[in-house]
Amino acid sequence: MSSPASTPSRRSSKRGRGSSSNPATPHADEVQSPPSQRRRTDDSTSTGDLQPMPTSPAVGTQSPNVQDVLFSSPPQFRHSAIPLEFDVSSPLTYGTPSSRVEGTPRSGVRGTPIRQRPDLGSARKARQVDLQSDMPAAEDAVASEQSLGQKLVIWGTDVNVTSCKEKFQRFLQRFIDPLAKEEENVGLDLNEPLYLQRLEEINMVGEPFLNVNCDHLKSFDENLYRQLICYPQEVIPTYDMAANEIFFDRYPDSVLEHQIQVRPYNALKTRNMRNLNPEDIDQLITIGGMVIRSSQLIPEMQEAFFKCQVCAFTTRVEIDRGRIAEPSVCKNCNTLHSMALIHNRSMFSDKQMIKLQESPEDMPAGQTPHTVVLFAHNDLVDKVQPGDRVNVTGIYRAVPVRVNQRMSNVRSVYKTHIDVIHYRKTDSKRLHGIDEETEQKMFTEERMEMLKELAEKPDIYDRLSAALAPSIYEHEDIKKGILLQLFGGSRKDFSHTGRGNFRAEINILLCGDPGTSKSQLLQYVYNLVPRGQYTSGKVSSAVGLTAYVMKDPETRQLVLQTGALVLSDNGICCIDEFDKMNESTRSVLHEVMEQQTLSIAKAGIICQLNARTSILAAANPIESQWNPKKTTIENIQLPHTLLSRFDLIFLMLDPRDEAYDRRLAHHLVALYYQTEEQMEEEFMDMAVLRDYITYARSYVNPRLTEEASQALIEAYVDMRKIGSGRGMVSAYPRQLESLIRLAESHAKVRFSDKVETIDVEEAKRLHREALKQSATDPRTGIVDISILTTGMSATARKRKEELAQTLKKLIQSKGKTPALKYQQLFDDIRAQSDAVSLIFVYLRWENRTYISKC
Amino acid sequence: YNCITLWLAATGRKPQNGPNPDWEKKVTEYFREKLKENNAVNWVPSLNDVPLHYLKPNSLVKFRCMVQDMFDPEFYMGVYETVDSNSKARVSHFGKYRDAAECGPHQEIDLNSSQMVTSERQTFYCVPVPGESAWVKEISFFQARVSPSTSYTPSRHKRSYEEDEDMELHPSKQKEQHLGNVGDIHGYGEPKRLETEASAGHQMITPNCSPPLDLNFPLPGEKGPACLVKVIYESWDSFKVNDILEVYGVLSVDPVLSIANSKERENSSSPLAPVECMETVEEQRVHSPPASLVPRIHVILAQKLQHINPLLPACLSEQESKSFVSSFMLELSPVRAELLGFLTHALLGDSLAAEYLILHLISTVYARRDVLPLGKFTLNLSGCPRNSIFTEHVYRIIQQLVPASYHLLMTIENMNRSRFIPHKDYTANRLVSGVLQLASSTSLVIDETLLQQGQLDTTGVHNVTALGNLITWQKVDYDFSYHQMEFPCNVNVLITSEGRSLLPSDCQVHLQPQIIPPNMEEYMNSLLSAVLPSVLNKFRIYLSLLRMLDYSISEEVTKAVEEDFVEMRKNDLESITADDLHRTLLVARFLSLSAGQTTLSRERWLRAKQLETVRKARLQQQKCINGNEL
Repeated sequence: MSSPASTPSRRSSKRGRGSSSNPATPHADEVQSPPSQRRRTDDSTSTGDLQPMPTSPAVGTQSPNVQDVLFSSPPQFRHSAIPLEFDVSSPLTYGTPSSRVEGTPRSGVRGTPIRQRPDLGSARKARQVDLQSDMPAAEDAVASEQSLGQKLVIWGTDVNVTSCKEKFQRFLQRFIDPLAKEEENVGLDLNEPLYLQRLEEINMVGEPFLNVNCDHLKSFDENLYRQLICYPQEVIPTYDMAANEIFFDRYPDSVLEHQIQVRPYNALKTRNMRNLNPEDIDQLITIGGMVIRSSQLIPEMQEAFFKCQVCAFTTRVEIDRGRIAEPSVCKNCNTLHSMALIHNRSMFSDKQMIKLQESPEDMPAGQTPHTVVLFAHNDLVDKVQPGDRVNVTGIYRAVPVRVNQRMSNVRSVYKTHIDVIHYRKTDSKRLHGIDEETEQKMFTEERMEMLKELAEKPDIYDRLSAALAPSIYEHEDIKKGILLQLFGGSRKDFSHTGRGNFRAEINILLCGDPGTSKSQLLQYVYNLVPRGQYTSGKVSSAVGLTAYVMKDPETRQLVLQTGALVLSDNGICCIDEFDKMNESTRSVLHEVMEQQTLSIAKAGIICQLNARTSILAAANPIESQWNPKKTTIENIQLPHTLLSRFDLIFLMLDPRDEAYDRRLAHHLVALYYQTEEQMEEEFMDMAVLRDYITYARSYVNPRLTEEASQALIEAYVDMRKIGSGRGMVSAYPRQLESLIRLAESHAKVRFSDKVETIDVEEAKRLHREALKQSATDPRTGIVDISILTTGMSATARKRKEELAQTLKKLIQSKGKTPALKYQQLFDDIRAQSDAVSLIFVYLRWENRTYISKC
Repeated sequence: YNCITLWLAATGRKPQNGPNPDWEKKVTEYFREKLKENNAVNWVPSLNDVPLHYLKPNSLVKFRCMVQDMFDPEFYMGVYETVDSNSKARVSHFGKYRDAAECGPHQEIDLNSSQMVTSERQTFYCVPVPGESAWVKEISFFQARVSPSTSYTPSRHKRSYEEDEDMELHPSKQKEQHLGNVGDIHGYGEPKRLETEASAGHQMITPNCSPPLDLNFPLPGEKGPACLVKVIYESWDSFKVNDILEVYGVLSVDPVLSIANSKERENSSSPLAPVECMETVEEQRVHSPPASLVPRIHVILAQKLQHINPLLPACLSEQESKSFVSSFMLELSPVRAELLGFLTHALLGDSLAAEYLILHLISTVYARRDVLPLGKFTLNLSGCPRNSIFTEHVYRIIQQLVPASYHLLMTIENMNRSRFIPHKDYTANRLVSGVLQLASSTSLVIDETLLQQGQLDTTGVHNVTALGNLITWQKVDYDFSYHQMEFPCNVNVLITSEGRSLLPSDCQVHLQPQIIPPNMEEYMNSLLSAVLPSVLNKFRIYLSLLRMLDYSISEEVTKAVEEDFVEMRKNDLESITADDLHRTLLVARFLSLSAGQTTLSRERWLRAKQLETVRKARLQQQKCINGNEL
């Protein structure tokens, strides 16, 4: 438990001890007041007592007023002179007696926390009078009731403890999540009440924390949810009581460390750190962010234990405003200054300060991220490390800064922090292969409608591709390819048949002349996708792409620092200057691009990380200008093993014809005189595009239909046939997989759950276009897939064999000479062969090999 | 003066009428009106010119600055109530525009008062505009007559102004003097620094004497007051990091702040103190530095500045400034001719290079098309003599012309040592600035002639990459350690190099000196001193003004340009690419603008093409001379 833990444990201690150590002040009128009133007064007075307390109580000191202003409820109190700090620092704080309770807290269950607060401060007597005079009007029904004030409304709130408790118990007993998903609730029966099963889990595992999704609560009872959000300090302890009662009813023999603590999470009210404002003070909020720093554990003294040196009388003193008032006189023997602090009998609680920074996605452009301080308590200490993305649920606090204890001046600025109740790591699930976006990104209804409407349009595919990087001219097919890459195929799991995951991501390689805005396209994609990485082949090393192990300077432990590929898991990794990458770096990509994992064995850390990333790479030809007389492989000098892993390889060339020039010129000139607004009108907003893609990626998961699979089979067979006529293989299963992915992705563009023939058609077309560009054998003009799969076209291979034969014959005919002159040999061959001009190239390349072989 | 009194009247205790939601708006309006009246603006002392200790606390000041960092929003008591311990009288106060809740000797703040209103405000860490030229400071100071509210004696300052001017004319002397006369009032920075440090030391009697506070200026060697600007009204969302602001507000140098500081530091040894564990010592130092070093300004009025040139009216859209613009437009062409002549001399008689330099100086990123910035015109002036003071003098001249500039010496050591990219320091929770954190329309002059053989280490490589990104995309990726954040910028980059620069550039002009002066130093100095200050001011207005003009291309010319391009491609397929068209269009744009024309005419287009042809021919020629080196 978080802050709950710190404050509550202190308070609980108070409860236990109240009568003995502080029996002083129950004033006569209180004692005689009817129970209902008494409870009220108790509460209020104890509040007064707690108020000056150091950690959260200070909040209590002024925030009530905030609330007073902000919430008009309950109106009848508004005129009362009593500040309504009740709702804030009330003793009902959301804690339950924590670990301090020895054994099982069954007793604690019976004595619900509220009743255990007889800790009467004497200071607020005047107020009680006011209270009593003011209250009855509000709750006449209650006042008349004799049953121990069961229906009281907590001060300053509209929370009725009993009904709240009952409602929550009903929630626990009855709630069945209609939207439950298999993955989230492993091992739970979806048709049984969810939280009862959770309680059973608690019984078995022994971790006394019950996490409650506020979303569930909201769908069950709006009012209950609202109360929780507005008055977490009062409502959560009520929930605790409820949960504990149910639990110990069901499992009376269960032994837990302490009482069950309810931890709500996923409060919908606030999601963004930037939206926090004074209205959120003392409310339950959930914000997302990234942990940037965590302090060491701070043992916070909650209660000091003093022992008299003379008579061994012991006493406990609670911390007050960060100070311990050391008793100067022993109450027992009246010796002056005889009390000594016994450290190991004093009470401490764990506390940790954590800095949370706004996640980069939430930040408006051009501003620096905000940070907020979190305080984690007890077992939440060290739950998160710097760098973790977390969703934090907690209570927002503001504390005034006192300049000087002795001076009355106060800096008029508050310090704010959040007392953490619940952490939820947003990226922890990435290891399990569930798309977290489904949880992360929430679309408003209108947005969803809009997106669906967009998807209805017949030309949505063209529209989207036109919206992609509008400043880059033409290259329609390339844009379409990238669009499909952004959507990605459907994820399939064949692990039970032993093949593991099928790759759903589409990899694309762009190659072509320098200055054809390849980098610009990459930059655009990198800016578009939420989890994109941009690296340049020249500067990235293998470790920079994968992961490296380093010693953390603070903890001196080995930690794994992830590189670009791992960071772009579920995103797109843009690699510029792919050709400039060195051999070892490239070899890393082999695994990533097909298996989508990354194996690391370094410094004793052996692991396999997920790297389900699409790769968008750009490569320049080796001779700086694309040589149309050469094949792709020859032009970019990349190993074919790597090339064959790209689904689509596009050439970006300067087309050089007049019509193109004209259009290009028009486009460019327009770029220079159009105003910003005009541009926006013309094209789809980048944000819309981004949302569209996110939506499709997270909600649409198309499956192949019968016709589509037939069409795919046909397409594949056709592709094979082309080659078989000339005695070569023109398609491999890999190409079929590519086709499937592309077709699926195209179906996603349409928000369609089924892959239909039109998707296959488009996939075929695009694939063919790409092949036409990249796999055409410049010598024969035939599209030859083996250029990409084996690095050499069939004709070239044939020629090579011929050449080898000729050479062999030639050398054999020469008889046994120790060495051959290259030039002479060349001339001889030239004399024999007609095709020398073509062979020449190969000879130059490989003469050494041949000569040594022969 | 009257503003100050007004200020006191407005913010003094006005509490009895209760919390009035309109109150704040009224104050803002009131000041806006008042400041418009008869040059009231000039009567407000500026923190840029007047040393801090001459300013009265809680008086109205103005400050021209750049937002360097944004701290977290803070909640404060908008309205609070004090209780007199003797008479029990309750008085409510406004907490706005102040740091500490004030109360008398017998009063105590009632933290539980129902009157209490919590409000929110945002703190910006502001520094003076990085690289602000000396002339900007002087002129803006001269314009603002020193207000009587400060005890700052104008006569002394007058002298220093003259001295400054004197130094302007002999820039080389400036440096020596600068170092020499620390005691002189001239540099507001140094003497102030000394004094403030003394006073700071006086105020915080800290046993653990901490190292001097790093004020986090982007550029090394900068001086001037840094300031925590507290923006109260809701519009702070519209301000961004690196924006240039002019703020009018209440200066707060409440010693309470410093006491709080030292007090907390004392306490920080005891881990149990509840407040201290929220912030580390470093954070304390950064976020609440002694007020004597980093004053606070509680903003009443803040406006984004389009430019910092004091010779131009601050806002060009207003009526009176329109007449200013149109009157200046009349004499535009003689000014341009003069400037061209001046720059031609400065570039040793090369008029083509001078022409391009003008185009470069008026270029600005006017739009972004997804990732592509439009309107940047990075000039690479190649052919600069190596190891001579020529490049330095070129920078001096540019410094005289543009309001903000920085001379980046690209030596191996510099690249490896200095920090270009701002990065987030999580311990102190602030953005540590870097050289590339520059305000919009700053001129960055990179001197590549100083580059020697050597090895760039990791930092060096990062720095060069960052420079490249800055030039190509006009953005800098700030390092937030767990992720990077992209900040768009608008910086004019001029690269002086011997051969082709290793950094990308939009346009390379090879310098062809016509005259080789025997003594470069003398030549340049005489050149500067020959220009009348009034002419120099015209140049300054010219360059700043033209950047802000709108521009369009008519349908007709568009057609012609398209035709032209197709024609060019036909004739010369290999060498004309889309990039060339981009560049020519840019040249045409700035060429038109430099003549004060806001639309492209056919003649300008042809002239642009002609300029490009000459420039390319020159490059070709150079290539031939150097053999196939490139």
